[in-house]
Amino acid sequence: MSTPHLIVPPVRPEYEVTPAALAGVEHEAPLPLAKRLADRAWLRKSIIAIVLIAIWEIAARAVDNDLLLPTFSATFVAFVQGIASGELIAKVGISMSVLLRGYALGAALAFVLTSLAVSTRIGRDILSMLTAMFNPLPSIALLPLALLWFGLGTGSLLFVLVHSVLWPLALNTYSGFQAVPSTLRMTGRNYGLTGMRHVMLILVPAAMPSILAGLRVGWAFAWRTLIAAELVFGASSGKGGLGWYIFQNRNELYTDRVFAGLAAVIVIGLAVEHLVFDTVERVTVRRWGVQQ
Amino acid sequence: MAANPQALYSEEADRQTSMSGKLLSAKNVTLEYRTPERLVRATHDVSFDVYGADRFVLLGPSGCGKSTLLKAVAGFIEPVAGSIEIGGERVRGPGADRIVVFQEFDQLPPWKTVLQNVAFPLRVARKLGRAEARERALHYLDKVGLAKFADAYPHTLSGGMKQRVAIARALAMQPRVLLMDEPFAALDALTRRRMQEELLRLWSDERFTLLFVTHSIEEALIIGNRILLLTPHPGRVRAELNSHQYTQESMGRGEFQQSVARIHRLLFEEEAQ
Repeated sequence: MSTPHLIVPPVRPEYEVTPAALAGVEHEAPLPLAKRLADRAWLRKSIIAIVLIAIWEIAARAVDNDLLLPTFSATFVAFVQGIASGELIAKVGISMSVLLRGYALGAALAFVLTSLAVSTRIGRDILSMLTAMFNPLPSIALLPLALLWFGLGTGSLLFVLVHSVLWPLALNTYSGFQAVPSTLRMTGRNYGLTGMRHVMLILVPAAMPSILAGLRVGWAFAWRTLIAAELVFGASSGKGGLGWYIFQNRNELYTDRVFAGLAAVIVIGLAVEHLVFDTVERVTVRRWGVQQ
Repeated sequence: MAANPQALYSEEADRQTSMSGKLLSAKNVTLEYRTPERLVRATHDVSFDVYGADRFVLLGPSGCGKSTLLKAVAGFIEPVAGSIEIGGERVRGPGADRIVVFQEFDQLPPWKTVLQNVAFPLRVARKLGRAEARERALHYLDKVGLAKFADAYPHTLSGGMKQRVAIARALAMQPRVLLMDEPFAALDALTRRRMQEELLRLWSDERFTLLFVTHSIEEALIIGNRILLLTPHPGRVRAELNSHQYTQESMGRGEFQQSVARIHRLLFEEEAQ
């Protein structure tokens, strides 16, 4: 449809309006209770846990064999007994003390390696070579060697723990350092920061999301390695940890106690994940808005 | 040949004025940077002098090396030939006597609040005590109108507010030269206009020496009292002009439009031929 003449909109008068105060209209209203509850992560996770426990209980009752699969209630009783007698707590204490020492040592070494890597080219080559060589090597495979070098005892455990924490943490931290925006690096150098001060004051906080991810992965690796190592060479001088507790009770066919030992590993894992790492995340990277 | 920056504010004409001396000088500066495949010459034989309390603008199209030149003044890049001197001393590496305000919003460490962001360089570079750094930081935050947001984290601020924090941080350091690399380029037009006004107001309070990079002819005329025009590929000096007579009110006036047209002609006439 073609029109012979150009269509022009009419010129309308200008006008001004002052918005009147709204009566009875709420700008903000609180969410309904159900929605607020559904927003609580702990509530959702608790429900998942209850469902899993229910499945376990039903399956165990169907199998009906305490040696193969004890029920949740039997495991719970064994767990409470272990705690009440102090045996489980002592075992956890032994494992935790070794674990924390190995973890701290591994984290410190990873920090030294990555600081070197980020400040010198040769340090970078060293880090990439070493991680490529040792990261694929399972810690347990090093255990026989560690036993030869350090004997039966804490030394060997620390050695394999450091090995399991160091490489994943170093890789994560280094990739975090590399991802720091160049503007932020230049800002730091603009303040006259160099060397270690630049790493500590600019790079570490800026790479915090990656470092925290590395610490989480390292923590899980350390647990696995420790329990496995304790299973392999058991107690040294009568001081076994959680792995030894599991191994011993399996030999004596106390399957409910084996499950209680495993449950202890899971409970500690969940506690550290939610109480330690989530808290650290909340007061750092989430607060800074660098991670959702 | 020193421009008279005082002429911008006519109400100050009767105030005691004194001429500033030469502060920053670039002599025959040639800059190169490396890409994986080739060596690119960013500027060739560029010379200019900045006087104290100048608002000196580096203006040119993309590829004229103006940002690279600013980074060289900041000390992030070493000239291949020529030298950059501040107060007769050669620039060797980055230092806290030249503070840069970048275009990117991520120049503020996200793990520090607004106040900590401003106070942090005062503590590490100026070695001020905690209380003193805090006080000075609050003073400059107040100057840019952000005192209310002192305890907010950068991710909660708008782009314009982040740039204000960066400006407050730079001013609090009281650098010998304040370097700005297209600080308002990523802002919307209305905010940019307000920021230009604020920058001029801050300058009339503080009389800092400013080296400002932009690719907007209008912004150069408004912000600067002196403009260095650079042509691209590689960057070379095309002209050095005065623009102290213009403020934001001049925009759209005949004289201002003539200056815009003149700069446009200077920058692009070769391409048109």
